[in-house]
Amino acid sequence: MDRRTYQRFNTRAGRVFDGVNAVVLIAIGVVALLPFLYVLAGSFATELEITTRPFFLWPSEITTASYESILSSRVFVRAFVTTVIVTGVGTVIQLALTALMAYPLSKIDLPGRRTMMSLIVFCMVFSAGMIPTFLIVKELGLLNSYWALILPMAINPFSLIIIKNFFQELPKELEESARIDGANELRILRSIVAPLSKPVLATFGLFYAVGLWNDYMSPLLYLGDQDKWTLQMILRQVTASATLTADDMNSDVPPPAQGIKFAVVMVATIPVLLAYPFLQKHFAKGMLIGSVKG
Amino acid sequence: MTTATADVESIDDGTLVRREPPPNRRNLLGNLVRYRWLFLLLLPGVLYFALFRFWPMYGAQIAFRNYIPFLGIEGSEWVGWEHFESFFSNPDFPRILGNTLILAALGLFIAFPLTIVLALLLNEVRLQILKRTVQTLVYIPHFLSWTVVVSLTGLLFAVGNGPLWTFINDALGSNTNFLADPDWFRPLILLQSVWKNTGWGTIIFLAALAGVDQEQYEAAIIDGAGRWQRVWHVTLPAIRSTIVVLLILQTGNVLDTGFEQIYLMSNALNRSVADVFDTYVYFTGIQQGAYSYSTAVGLAKAIVGLILIFGTNALAKRLKQPGIF
Repeated sequence: MDRRTYQRFNTRAGRVFDGVNAVVLIAIGVVALLPFLYVLAGSFATELEITTRPFFLWPSEITTASYESILSSRVFVRAFVTTVIVTGVGTVIQLALTALMAYPLSKIDLPGRRTMMSLIVFCMVFSAGMIPTFLIVKELGLLNSYWALILPMAINPFSLIIIKNFFQELPKELEESARIDGANELRILRSIVAPLSKPVLATFGLFYAVGLWNDYMSPLLYLGDQDKWTLQMILRQVTASATLTADDMNSDVPPPAQGIKFAVVMVATIPVLLAYPFLQKHFAKGMLIGSVKG
Repeated sequence: MTTATADVESIDDGTLVRREPPPNRRNLLGNLVRYRWLFLLLLPGVLYFALFRFWPMYGAQIAFRNYIPFLGIEGSEWVGWEHFESFFSNPDFPRILGNTLILAALGLFIAFPLTIVLALLLNEVRLQILKRTVQTLVYIPHFLSWTVVVSLTGLLFAVGNGPLWTFINDALGSNTNFLADPDWFRPLILLQSVWKNTGWGTIIFLAALAGVDQEQYEAAIIDGAGRWQRVWHVTLPAIRSTIVVLLILQTGNVLDTGFEQIYLMSNALNRSVADVFDTYVYFTGIQQGAYSYSTAVGLAKAIVGLILIFGTNALAKRLKQPGIF
């Protein structure tokens, strides 16, 4: 917008509105973050401070007792390690399956392509539901297996279609010359299409990772064996009843029952927050690539 | 995501140049040889959809049978609509339908307009650094799990020491345990949804707004349009089709309340208002083992959703709005 038009924008009423708008938006931004900051402060506070002070963003006495308490719990550490592994392995598998399927579907002359796309779109608006899926997972012998957390949700139809559209819009010349040089499709995907699609693959890889890390429903449905529970399941157990440390703590000191809730919430949240800057770098772009026409 | 669906249909309309002349489709063997690499790459994905998407759809026929795992799907006795009838005549049914529809209405009439308002406010910011900072902050909650959000709620509303428990009870002069009080269940669900998803929801509107030609604003200013008039006559028309598409999708999902949030927020004291289709399927199917009955409930819900999404889409088209199909 040029300066002349800008000045017509810049009336007194306009400035008042801008000021109020800025204040409102900053307040909204703070509200988005505040619960998290409170829990961060609480996770470093003493049990006494948590139970007596209603709200604080800086503990009067900083202690790591809550973190020490959960880190000395075998149950917690095992759940954390398990969740890291499931998230890592699961992300690779889910992203690979999605990209492998997206590539052939991006070839408009592939026979049967339209039928397959219709079936995929159908899966977005209709699903058999929780129980039939549960019974199939059971039938396949995946109950109490970590594969049940990864495979049933391996390909997200939305992600598949967006990645497919992205592949479709890549310039064709590079592929053509590789094809003339005798490269097969697998090789073209690996050494031309995949490198060109890094941002979009990174975005959806992170979405898959966040989905796996945050998943509560799959372990609830498929992991009956408590020894296999993931971090979200443990988090639920701790915050709903504070029973994590009761039976597997070695110390004689009673665990800080409130403090561990704060600390477990933080541990479940922090990896997602660490991934967030990377997510944010790409997601707006990644999300829009497939949805903007043209 | 929505127009992606539309794009699927528009691909073969000639907007993209075909690499090679279309092959003879009757020549199956020739195609298999010619496209062997592509078919090979397709195989794992096709297997996935067959196993985890379409096999369950086949298995959903147990809604019409008395499924006994030992006898298998086909071996179990066919009972027709019995499970559907027993659900619709069950006193739980009107209660669950009501709970689900009230939560959906809160989402549609409160959370959804709030998303549009936030997008409009962000769109009015001319200081880019402020806009970006606020965007960064309001997107964050979307990435937290429902377990974390519900746990945060538990800590903020903890009886005796939770900040919001203290604050609201002081303000109202009451002594309510919000997490156990059925009257507070819906406001808390709405509060969580708004906190978690409003910021994220603005992305699609902001993208639509980024495409608005700035000259339209300049022309409006020259014509003497005030700020409010510019929002009303330029900004809102620019996102009207986005609003319609999202409304269609949301109407189709009216019976989907999101299992995790409701399940995690429900407890013995608020079940009267907390039971919705998704959690009811879980309680009757997984916990009580009534596989056929719960499958029938889930199927009824999915079919109503399907009808709603096609119905609203057709309605939108009749009203000369862009649909999603």
